[in-house]
Amino acid sequence: MKFTLNGTEMEVAAEGDTPLLWVIRETAGLTGTKFGCGQGLCGACTVHVDGQAVRSCQTPVADVEGAEITTIEGLDPAGQHPLQKAWVELQVPQCGYCQSGQIMQAAQLLAENPKPSRDEIVAHMGGNLCRCMTYDRIVKAIEAASA
Amino acid sequence: MTQHPKQITRRGFLVRSGVAGAAALTMGYAAFPGEALAEGHSGAMISPNMFFDIHADGRVVVHIAKAEMGQHVGTALAQTVAEELECGWDKVDIAYVGFDPRHGLHITGGSWSVNWTFDALSRAGAAGRIALIELAAAELGGAPEDYTAKDGVISGNGKSISYGDLARMGGTPRAFTEDEMKALTLKGNGERSIVGQSVAALDIPAKVDGTAMYGIDQSVEGMVYATPAVPPVRYGAKVTAVDDSAAREIPGYLQHVVVEDPLGTQTGWVMAIATGYWAAKKAAEALKIDYDLGGNAGLSLADVHAENLRLIDTESDTRLVLDDGDLDAGMAEADTTLTADYQTGVNIHAPLEPMNALVDIKDGTYHIYAGNQFQTLAMGLIGALGVPAEKIVFRQALLGGGFGRRLDSDYIVMACHTAQAVGKPVKMIYSREADTLMDFTRPAATVRMTAGLKGDAITAWKNSSASAWASARQAPAFMGPDLTGSEDKKYDGFAINGADHWYTMPNQRALLSLNQLAQSALPPGHLRSVGPGWQFWAVESFLDEVAAEMGEDPLALRLRLLDGAGKNAGQGMTTGGAKRLAAVLQDVADRAGYGTDQPANTAIGLAAVSSQERPSASWTACAANVTVDPDSGAVTVNKLTLATEVGLAVNPDGVHAQLVGSALWGLSIALHEDIGFENGAIQAENYDGMTPLRMFDMPEIDAKVMDVGGYPTGCGEPGTTAVAPAIGNAIARASGARVRSLPITAAKVKAAMNG
Repeated sequence: MKFTLNGTEMEVAAEGDTPLLWVIRETAGLTGTKFGCGQGLCGACTVHVDGQAVRSCQTPVADVEGAEITTIEGLDPAGQHPLQKAWVELQVPQCGYCQSGQIMQAAQLLAENPKPSRDEIVAHMGGNLCRCMTYDRIVKAIEAASA
Repeated sequence: MTQHPKQITRRGFLVRSGVAGAAALTMGYAAFPGEALAEGHSGAMISPNMFFDIHADGRVVVHIAKAEMGQHVGTALAQTVAEELECGWDKVDIAYVGFDPRHGLHITGGSWSVNWTFDALSRAGAAGRIALIELAAAELGGAPEDYTAKDGVISGNGKSISYGDLARMGGTPRAFTEDEMKALTLKGNGERSIVGQSVAALDIPAKVDGTAMYGIDQSVEGMVYATPAVPPVRYGAKVTAVDDSAAREIPGYLQHVVVEDPLGTQTGWVMAIATGYWAAKKAAEALKIDYDLGGNAGLSLADVHAENLRLIDTESDTRLVLDDGDLDAGMAEADTTLTADYQTGVNIHAPLEPMNALVDIKDGTYHIYAGNQFQTLAMGLIGALGVPAEKIVFRQALLGGGFGRRLDSDYIVMACHTAQAVGKPVKMIYSREADTLMDFTRPAATVRMTAGLKGDAITAWKNSSASAWASARQAPAFMGPDLTGSEDKKYDGFAINGADHWYTMPNQRALLSLNQLAQSALPPGHLRSVGPGWQFWAVESFLDEVAAEMGEDPLALRLRLLDGAGKNAGQGMTTGGAKRLAAVLQDVADRAGYGTDQPANTAIGLAAVSSQERPSASWTACAANVTVDPDSGAVTVNKLTLATEVGLAVNPDGVHAQLVGSALWGLSIALHEDIGFENGAIQAENYDGMTPLRMFDMPEIDAKVMDVGGYPTGCGEPGTTAVAPAIGNAIARASGARVRSLPITAAKVKAAMNG
């Protein structure tokens, strides 16, 4: 199977039903994308496939043949995406485990809707769990990044 | 009420030069020669120790012996060292300590981290500054008194030298005796420039670009993956047969391992081993396993609560944990008595990073890669498997959430067994389902409150509690004798912290019983806020019921009882006592508009708590603005107004983050998380069955950190305990429905309206 991961072409030999998550983590060795629930319920594994935020734990690697995949490591070459800067500025992360997924989910929103309302932010982010409950700062950071 | 060893004892302060080639001054407390190290998992301990290295480039590396699980603890502890060391904040880095017996009890929990270490860390920093100044004076000439240190540079007599230069020169700063350490003068209120500042957390940048390394991200050459197939009951099952013929069809599957742990940390587990997690997961699901389910298979949550009530009704095998005045006389004096039972359901931790550990046994040495909150216990458990302490290297990683779950080390023990059986490095990861079903849960507790009332006086106050006790299972060393002093009357103070509230009233008694049935069937763990999570649910709800019975406003009643009289004046770090709790309560009441007119079916409820432990109380209050739908009983939390006062807030923004996070955790427990327990099994398998709070469930929040200086207390948990009773009290005021069972559901509210 061939796809592009953060701008680099990759060819992997994996069972087609293997979730993209595990190919990213174990085969490509990029550990910024997290395993949380394995059922698409928490959003910790969110990556972009052809610009769309998807749950990589629910995406069989067979489905991304030829696709362009972006993970948190590839969101910005210097780690300075406006969301990443806002996340630091507002001191959003606590344990941080969900935050790659939160940022990738939010990045799709801003790509499509540069100035979302608070309600639009909350609607878009509802599938991303944060057990540290940093939700309030996440909303504020997305608002800050879109300003 | 909590029994724990005196945490702050000091040793001789040793300063030694760094190893050859790594020009660094390493400073810290040395263990006394011959001092016995912690053995087993009894919780035996030695004093806390601290280290920091000063490197030739001027960088100061503060060694953090606490787990980083979102509280930015390393930043707060490093601020404390840097303040007295005068090294300048911009020169500080942190490094996490895996396990080092010189650091004493390795535990991160109880909202203890800053509270337990602030004094010792401050003194370590101050001693370092003095020793470096003395070195500088010896180098530059003159007396130490001629020199001052600021931002890592020592100046005086028209000369200066940096800490980094001193490190490069490799001098040997002098050691301090225990008495000299004690005699050091530390900065007071108004003199600090780093402590008390909301400096940016040092762990955050790596958490926004994917470079932060958690336990699950560790790897070593040649490792294989394991994930468990778990039995259909929470505890007590035994594997009788395994057929892996279907698993063998799965590409990547290697083998299975039946784990029979002599320590009994988990029971009835079979590990599926494969070349990757996905294959291991599929193989685990394909294993055909026969079990002897044991004696817990028929038990349910109703049985647990019934046993709690039986223990309370019969006062059988109780521990006497509070006995002020004469309860019987106080009850006799009363005109009326009021009694109510409060209960909690089953709650699970469910940190987003599932339990995992990588174990690499190399030449007989166990290399443990994991994120863990209680390394002293983990080391003891691995030791109990027959591995000597010198053959264990503990490599602490970041924790993708702790909340008390990683105080337990079952995942490390399971990975050790598996690695032993497989003969290769094993990366063991619980599936979310295994993590959920096999959690060490918050006990389903019952608290019966009884008050004797006479006019506007409370003449007697009794708390009868029953639950499973996490310490009895996990770390019995934390248990101490009850007020009878009998060694066979030990109890888990963590299960009843909070019953010793700060309201002045005569004739109080608190009793605690151990629910053995729950202890066996639903092994208890410490879950964020622990006992105060259910004790303040009872105390603060009941106080509103008492106020209603008396016809008094609940705020007025609280403020009247928080008079700071007698033992409620506080002492040491609680000096000011109940008056400080009254201050935060008044503050939230004012900010929330308590007493002003609210829309229909809407009311504000209050709660004031002194979590986590009475001797180190943090003062926290919540005002919950709640609307109740009179038809359905559905509850909408419109706003939470919060305040916490922790003495000195080392990093106010960090305290604010913990206050908000812990309060929303409390809201999630109060309204959203409902985990069943039937047929000996937890009834949620994943987040869809658990339904924790999500962004769209979040109310408006107004949170305030009040800094009054003094000594810092903890902030990770108190917010959790204040929210449920505030909401319950608001519901009662808005609708007349008094709900005494968590979680609060529309059905329970509706039933209470009708009943």
